[in-house]
Amino acid sequence: MKELMTGNEALAYGAYLSGVRVGAGYPGTPGTQIMEKFASFPGVHAEWAPNEKVALDVGIGAAFAGTRALVSMKHVGLNVAADSLFYAVYTGLNAGLLIACADDPGMHSSQNEQDNRNYAKFARAPMLEPSDSEEAKQFAATALEMSETFDTPVIVRFVTRTSHSSSVVDVDPAAVPPPVKENKPYKREIGKFVMVPGNARRRHPVVEERIGKLREYAETTPLNRIEPGNDDWGIVASGAVYQYAREVFPEATFLRLGMVYPLPEKRIREFAGRVKKILVIEELDPFFEEQFRLLGIPVSGKDVFPIVGEFSPSLIRQAAIKAGILPAAVSGFSAAPASDIPIPVRPPILCPGCGHRGMFTVLKEAGVVVMGDIGCYTLGAASPLEALHFCGCMGASIGVAHGMDKGGIPDRLVAVIGDSTLFHSGLHPLINTLYNQGKTTTIIADNGTTSMTGHQHHPGTGYTLQKQPTVKVDLERMIRGIGFNKVDVCDPNKRDDFRKILEDHLKSDEASVIIARRPCALQSRERRTPPRIDPELCLNCGTCLDIGCPPLIQQEDCVSINEALCTGCGLCVQVCPSDAISQEEN
Amino acid sequence: MKKIDYLLAGVGGQGTILASRILAHTGLELGYDVKTAEVHGMAQRGGSVESHVRWGKKVHSPLVEHGMADYLIGFEMVEAARWLTYLNNNSVTFINRFRIPPLLVTLGKARYPSEKEIENLLQSRGGKVKWLSADDLAKDAGNPAMAGVVLLGALSNLVGGGREIWLKVIKQLVPARFVEMNQKAFLAGRDAGPG
Repeated sequence: MKELMTGNEALAYGAYLSGVRVGAGYPGTPGTQIMEKFASFPGVHAEWAPNEKVALDVGIGAAFAGTRALVSMKHVGLNVAADSLFYAVYTGLNAGLLIACADDPGMHSSQNEQDNRNYAKFARAPMLEPSDSEEAKQFAATALEMSETFDTPVIVRFVTRTSHSSSVVDVDPAAVPPPVKENKPYKREIGKFVMVPGNARRRHPVVEERIGKLREYAETTPLNRIEPGNDDWGIVASGAVYQYAREVFPEATFLRLGMVYPLPEKRIREFAGRVKKILVIEELDPFFEEQFRLLGIPVSGKDVFPIVGEFSPSLIRQAAIKAGILPAAVSGFSAAPASDIPIPVRPPILCPGCGHRGMFTVLKEAGVVVMGDIGCYTLGAASPLEALHFCGCMGASIGVAHGMDKGGIPDRLVAVIGDSTLFHSGLHPLINTLYNQGKTTTIIADNGTTSMTGHQHHPGTGYTLQKQPTVKVDLERMIRGIGFNKVDVCDPNKRDDFRKILEDHLKSDEASVIIARRPCALQSRERRTPPRIDPELCLNCGTCLDIGCPPLIQQEDCVSINEALCTGCGLCVQVCPSDAISQEEN
Repeated sequence: MKKIDYLLAGVGGQGTILASRILAHTGLELGYDVKTAEVHGMAQRGGSVESHVRWGKKVHSPLVEHGMADYLIGFEMVEAARWLTYLNNNSVTFINRFRIPPLLVTLGKARYPSEKEIENLLQSRGGKVKWLSADDLAKDAGNPAMAGVVLLGALSNLVGGGREIWLKVIKQLVPARFVEMNQKAFLAGRDAGPG
């Protein structure tokens, strides 16, 4: 039976059928649906950890206990989990461990486009890269077998276009995971599992020897293959790029790499021996290209294709034409029409009714420096709110604000961080601010969910990934428990209340926290009657438009409200200087 | 079996992902190899979104190539115009006569192109442009959120598959309580579209 699945779903399915029973991850585009899908299978334990490092430790622990495990994250999540990846390569495991990690070339939804193939080499962990969903399913099984054969975590790398693309997967409706057998017994093995220097020194040679064996494996595995064709050009590619290149160079000979680290030297030399010229087509870093050059094999690669951004068949074709590798004429293609009509851009925006909007309007008016973080509220940097001054990575806001404070911007400075991001990596910097006598005001933009990735649960929602009711960590109690004395809670769309609290905190000499709490408008779906604009009173001054709320539209004489979009939050009523906007109480 | 490349363009939240799933599953029912590509997540909320759907004997890339798309399904006028360079010279564009002004337009900092300008732009590729009031037809069927299904209905006249196949796929993919409504919207589009 054939079924359409995304790469994320297919990997989860493959992991499930391979007997994985424990999964842990942290949401992050484009990898979120790996763990969501895995959580839907019967008989498995799947969890959202507060961050990727915790998730990886959980996966490693399950594998120590003798149970196959799956850990998922987006590419930058592996930065957070890197410490654990490195020790797990030294210790090895006691059952298969698959780390699924999704890169985001082109940064559809990320702060950078780091190439995580480098982590494989850096940590000495083998890495596989599927090129479509069927391979994602199959590679999950292969990765787990490899993990057990070689006693190492195995990384499966996705990119946005393998994570979020759907393609056909062979599904056997009768297939079930292997029966739960006795776990491989856990044994206390100090030399293997306790990474004190003396033991780690003995483990490092084991790691190097293992990579040698994996290199041998790479020579024979069907994951890598030479696909014979016209030998004028030999194309080297993996993952999504392999599929693009297959369309642009339908006749060429290919070296198709399903295992991207370590690489098979003998096969590469065999390939180089049969083709006249080699073209390495890879997104982001010249990872393969450098390995070829180290072997003394001349190639074209980054001299033809860019080192930045996402590839596509169009990009590959145009670059190859420009380099004289392909002829210019392609049937069906014509240049874009000359047009002088500008198409207005449409970046993502905060939803109608969103509490972040009220918060940012007040922060902007207050003229404060705002150190931001990762989440929907990052949109507060864009026009017309223009309130955010910084966004770097998960959890950076609070530490950076504290550093700014100590570095000479002591007045009117706040950190803004979401609830899920606070649980991810905001607690340690919060403790640091308090401990090191900072006085930063931290605003927790608490909408009760992980909104940007699609409303995932977290430790503050009261539910697990598998929708079981659980302990709901109380933010206010937690923060008071750390030692903060000045903690206030308010709805940021009640602008007067929020402003009063903000000014009080800014004046204060102690580190403090404001919990700006308003449920995510998209999730709560709460609606009140939309306000009305009195055209007689409306001066069409545009003040309400500056809150950047989609239902407000400037007409010729006055502003109007698109009632289909409006949630009736009433924020515009509060900002109108001529009292032209009014709303019924309900 | 000739390849057919589709591009669906709209605003995040308009239902392009559901429509692309219906289109992809229909292709599968008709015996094509199928691939799709899109970007998921609330990150796209309110922003430009595009879905690629490809039918063929064997499809490699999930992304449509510039200048190769056979059909463009525009859920919103300016979004249809944005993806123009993907169209081939014999393409057909189905465009929803529906405006969602981008924030820059509501703020008065950018101009929304006129219907005529958008039509001229799309026709400059040499293809045909079919206008539909898909939001109105969807509203008549029960909910304007089904505009995408109306557009698919119009498209279905040109790309094969009897109505039973499309209606069956809709039934498979839409939550049970919305099936009838969506099928009605699809048929409204099919009746309104080119015969």
